[in-house]
Amino acid sequence: MSIFDSDRWDEIFSALKKNKLRTALTAFGVFWGIFMLIIMLGSGNGLENGVTGNFGGTATNSVFIWTRSTSIPYKGLPEGRWFNMRNEDMEVVRREVPEIKYLAPRNQLRGFRGGNNVSWGNKAGNFSVMGDYPDILHINSMDIIKGRFLNHYDIEEKRKVVVIGTNVRDVLFGDKDPINENVKINGVYFKVVGVWKTKKSGNQGERDSQTLFIPFSTFQKAFNYGNVVGWLAVVAKDEFPATLVEEKIINVLKPRHKVAPEDDRAFGSFNAYEEFQQINGLFNGIATLIWIVGTGTLMAGIIGVSNIMLIIVKERTKEIGVRRAIGATPRSIITQIMLESVVLTSMAGYIGLLLGIFLTEVIAKQMGPKQGNSMFTNPTIDLQVALTALLILVVAGALAGLIPARKAVRIKPIEALRAE
Amino acid sequence: MDIKEGEMVSIMGSSGSGKSTLLNIIGMLDNYDEGSYTLDNKIIKDLSETKAAQYRNKFLGFVFQSFNLISFKNALENVALPLYYQKVKRKERNALAMEYLEKVGLADWAEHMPNELSGGQKQRVAIARALITRPKVLLADEPTGALDSTTSYEVMELLREINKEGITMIIVTHENDIAAKTDRIIRLKDGQIIKSEVTANV
Repeated sequence: MSIFDSDRWDEIFSALKKNKLRTALTAFGVFWGIFMLIIMLGSGNGLENGVTGNFGGTATNSVFIWTRSTSIPYKGLPEGRWFNMRNEDMEVVRREVPEIKYLAPRNQLRGFRGGNNVSWGNKAGNFSVMGDYPDILHINSMDIIKGRFLNHYDIEEKRKVVVIGTNVRDVLFGDKDPINENVKINGVYFKVVGVWKTKKSGNQGERDSQTLFIPFSTFQKAFNYGNVVGWLAVVAKDEFPATLVEEKIINVLKPRHKVAPEDDRAFGSFNAYEEFQQINGLFNGIATLIWIVGTGTLMAGIIGVSNIMLIIVKERTKEIGVRRAIGATPRSIITQIMLESVVLTSMAGYIGLLLGIFLTEVIAKQMGPKQGNSMFTNPTIDLQVALTALLILVVAGALAGLIPARKAVRIKPIEALRAE
Repeated sequence: MDIKEGEMVSIMGSSGSGKSTLLNIIGMLDNYDEGSYTLDNKIIKDLSETKAAQYRNKFLGFVFQSFNLISFKNALENVALPLYYQKVKRKERNALAMEYLEKVGLADWAEHMPNELSGGQKQRVAIARALITRPKVLLADEPTGALDSTTSYEVMELLREINKEGITMIIVTHENDIAAKTDRIIRLKDGQIIKSEVTANV
């Protein structure tokens, strides 16, 4: 008797339809298992996406280094001395630390005491102005939504060009096209060549939209920075950890600025790699927890199905006896009961899957970054994971049906018929 | 004990005399330890469940005291069920089931569920179901046990008519008036045949 025999399906559906309560109960167990798993996995993913979204495209194998005051007197110089990195340091660092993939010295300028520092016509605002190398694109990955980003020639020719953030564009230009307009930054005119947009979300994304980029060389010249470097953004080559590069760069810089080798305070740094590892660890923990709980829920569903199948078979002992007395083979009985179980679990599971995905989509719409909730982004789940869970449930449902079905055919038909 | 083709036999005996056991062995629902059982020149012994199921489906029809209709199937579906296990197409088996329902006088009740039928009607459906595979032997275990006497006689008349078409009939009963309507009465006691008497019907 083929599985695709339409008569067989009629038998299955009529058996399921005629026993509505137990069908509904079994279906609900399975439905709930899958539904909860989807919701939990989705929430975990949403949280993870939300938090990693705050990192948004920052090269994770990167480190930022800046100078602070010394803490140890050294070579006749007192402690508490302030110093700056210089352009010459960059060449030395590049030479001495071959593990570096990208090195971008940076400078930053903000309006004095919160006053406006950037203006166009009669519009003005207090924005963050960065002096940067084009390499910053690889560290702080960003989208250029209009025009272009800084390039090599801008640096070499110290061009007075600027790439503005989305908020800068909105404040100064509104709906007008900013390209080729000249904005005044601290009294110096710069031509807008591009508009950029951050890939980050949350507070960092907000700050990014208020940031302008001008060539590093132009920055130093226009704002009287001489050859001072504010801080370094460094990306390590993929095979080296950023931590190693951080250490090597600081060790190269210390003697050049007469900083004691044991002075740990003179250089400040932020290691995105270590930060990222920590957050990764946190999410691995959450994922493990979700899987433990999720598997538990699934197990509960499966046990529910098998329990109900046992009851079903018990309840149907007589029916099975009748079927066998009129010529049903044990095999056809087992197949019938297993298929009933599989059909029920897969239908209920599928509905649970659909509803779960639907709910996570609704949550995604209601709680996304657009609603100002940066901690919860895109709580969707891997379809493959969901389908695997469903498959496990269906197989489990089949097995759950098999055990009682085998038990049922082991009873002699006559005993089954006498069981009142 | 020898039952000829086309005979209508009743088996009588007090409870515990082994009449149900005998019926189970004949019906291949149970195995036996001693002796032999030959059906249609085939020795029936230690059959696998699958084989037994096929033989039951082909040779035997069952009628039970408690009717044993499947409660969530209507009369027509109940009658057609044995043909489902013979892989007969739905249209064919439903047509045939209708024919047999007509034969037992229940054509108008085809769409009714078992709990909407009276005891006699249920037993007629069960008889139709037993007959639809055109068995050689019809085994009836106390077919009238749950029925009042008027209905009992009607059922017995129906069984007699069927017997006249050539189907061997073995009826287990403890009611003398029912047994008296068969051709031969076999009396059992403590698992032994003590008497085999031919009735006035022959």
